[in-house]
Amino acid sequence: MAEITLQDIAHSYNPEAADKTYALNRFDMKWVDGGRYAILGPSGCGKTTMLNIMSGIVRPSEGRLLFDGVDVTDHTTAERNIAQVFQFPVIYGTMTVQDNLAFPLVCRGYDKAFIKAKVAEVSEALNLEGLLTQSANKLTADQKQLISLGRGLVRDNVAAVLMDEPLTVIDPDLKFRLRRKLKEINQKYRSTLIYVTHDQNEAMTFAENIIVMDNGSIVQAGTPSELFDRPKTTFVGYFIGAPAMNLFACSAVNNNTISFGGAKIVTDTNLEAVASKNLKLGIRSEYIKLVTAASENTVSAKVQRVEDLGSHKLVTADFEGQSIKIKVKREQEVPTENVFLKIPTQHCCVYENEHLI
Amino acid sequence: MSLKVSNLSMKFKDEFHLNDVSFEMFKGKIYTIIGRTLSGKTTLLKTIAGLTNPDSGEMSLDGVDFGAVPVWKRQVAMVYQQFINYPHLSVFENVAFPLKQRKMPRPEIDTRVRQALEQVGLQGFETRKIQALSGGQQQRVALARSLVKEANILLLDEPLVNLDYKLREQLREEFKNIFSAKASENAILIYSTTDPVEAMQLGGEIIVMDEGRILQQASAQEIYENPKTTKVAQITNDPAMNLFEGEVVDSTLVLTSSIHLDLPSHLAALPRGKYTFGIRASGITLDSAGFEFQIELAEISGSETFLHLQHAQMHVVGLLDSVQNFDIGQTVTAGLDSKSLYAFDKSENLVASPYGGTK
Repeated sequence: MAEITLQDIAHSYNPEAADKTYALNRFDMKWVDGGRYAILGPSGCGKTTMLNIMSGIVRPSEGRLLFDGVDVTDHTTAERNIAQVFQFPVIYGTMTVQDNLAFPLVCRGYDKAFIKAKVAEVSEALNLEGLLTQSANKLTADQKQLISLGRGLVRDNVAAVLMDEPLTVIDPDLKFRLRRKLKEINQKYRSTLIYVTHDQNEAMTFAENIIVMDNGSIVQAGTPSELFDRPKTTFVGYFIGAPAMNLFACSAVNNNTISFGGAKIVTDTNLEAVASKNLKLGIRSEYIKLVTAASENTVSAKVQRVEDLGSHKLVTADFEGQSIKIKVKREQEVPTENVFLKIPTQHCCVYENEHLI
Repeated sequence: MSLKVSNLSMKFKDEFHLNDVSFEMFKGKIYTIIGRTLSGKTTLLKTIAGLTNPDSGEMSLDGVDFGAVPVWKRQVAMVYQQFINYPHLSVFENVAFPLKQRKMPRPEIDTRVRQALEQVGLQGFETRKIQALSGGQQQRVALARSLVKEANILLLDEPLVNLDYKLREQLREEFKNIFSAKASENAILIYSTTDPVEAMQLGGEIIVMDEGRILQQASAQEIYENPKTTKVAQITNDPAMNLFEGEVVDSTLVLTSSIHLDLPSHLAALPRGKYTFGIRASGITLDSAGFEFQIELAEISGSETFLHLQHAQMHVVGLLDSVQNFDIGQTVTAGLDSKSLYAFDKSENLVASPYGGTK
């Protein structure tokens, strides 16, 4: 396994053009050996381009790529020794599970005893032991994805496992199972795992570190809880979390207090140096509490809608024409009309020109 | 006024795509079919649309044999997983297509198409080419075309599944309003999905399918509170409901050799003996008065942490209301909220629920 360094990387699909455009704007990034990363962003944000640069499918138009300090920018995909898992399982349907797993080693001419031992080891790690003699066609979608992964893992010294939306075709309850397996593998082999997805839920549950991308740039890199609690831009606040972070236009009243819709909200943010009038208050629906009386940091709102999400209810309330979403537990009683909403100081994020102060 | 389906079956080789499916759907309502991939959802929708013929069974719409109505005469519109549009036509022409086929006068087509485009938030896009649209916009065009037909049955086969997560969330909310409006025009809406949250959020009646068979049909609330079988409990919860074996002995619930719970009142009437017990992740959390579990995995999701826990033969997923990191293999003490337990009998049928269902 290897540490992967992206040095001054940028990529344009039309580098010779006078008005060249970048799919990926210049950035530096280091992926620690054995780390578990997700690259997260909407369609067209540049995430697959970044993955393809690491796998060698795309040669970056600018910058260098290093594996453990060795420049591999001009190496082919095969020379980089990486394992790849794609959206749809890539397996040989006519072969047994065993032959599928052995295939990369057979191609490289390893001897039979070595291959047998390796296949046994990997199939045990992936819980495929019982299926070795079965035809790969007969397997469920998540088992097929495990074989795709297993074929990468049987090789020695795989530099990294790169995955592009590997759970797309998997049903929700099986996704859980596969995600768990991927993490066990990461622990066992200490392999660097890089996972591309547009699904924030998958990124959060899978990765130790998430790189959020938008419009060809990295907008924030951090742990799932950093991204959830302190999104650096309003885009991250919107993109991470379901529902999206509540965002309201507001104005500064004094050093730490903002006003929106006539309500004064005390925050932890130092607003002394605020120059712009373009301020927004960001607050997660999970952190807003329903209370029975007005006090500091409460607003009085009207309940518009209560949706049943199973273990939670999603309340939509109106405050001075602004729609506020609040997520509460199923057991909690929700008043039918007027409600006081407590906005906790420590969970307020204040944004100036869409950037966290 | 209803669509009645009786004993629909369809077999391919030795696999049932539909297995004795019967239900009645009423106008003005939204129905959500939830099931895993290949559970028969698409086959059922295609059968209603007339795109595939069942081996046996009957369908009637308001008492008239629906199976005998030719496809092109059925007042049915369908939206597919893939964004299906006519690539050479503009947005307007795409939506107008079914009306032109019917030779509707131009001014009426204009009015209807503009109304439908406004409903799906695409006013101003009339002259755009389909290829110039994003996936979400293409699916809006397909939906507008299905709305403009004024069909009395609207079939939506996982229409959001190929869209970005965030877009899916946004469209789910928008579409819900469009669907409610459509249903109130005396239509039947049938929506299929694999996603429990989506099914809950649409808030209509839920039909749970597995291996071509209907396992349960009830309101979203009823399915959540009283899932009829262990399979329903798994398909309709994300994460799937935790299931484990246990025994009622006197006034105690024995789950493992060391996990014993006082029998909660809603299970008190159960005959003594062995059952499969179920509990959602939200019913298991860290509790110093609980039992020792090993952490198999911890997953952070927004403001919560899912804990995969193991104790002897018991593997369960619990939920923490905060974000915390754990090492794999670490020992923690976790409690099971016995008031949230479900009990299923040997045939995996619900026999007791925290919400007082099925006795």
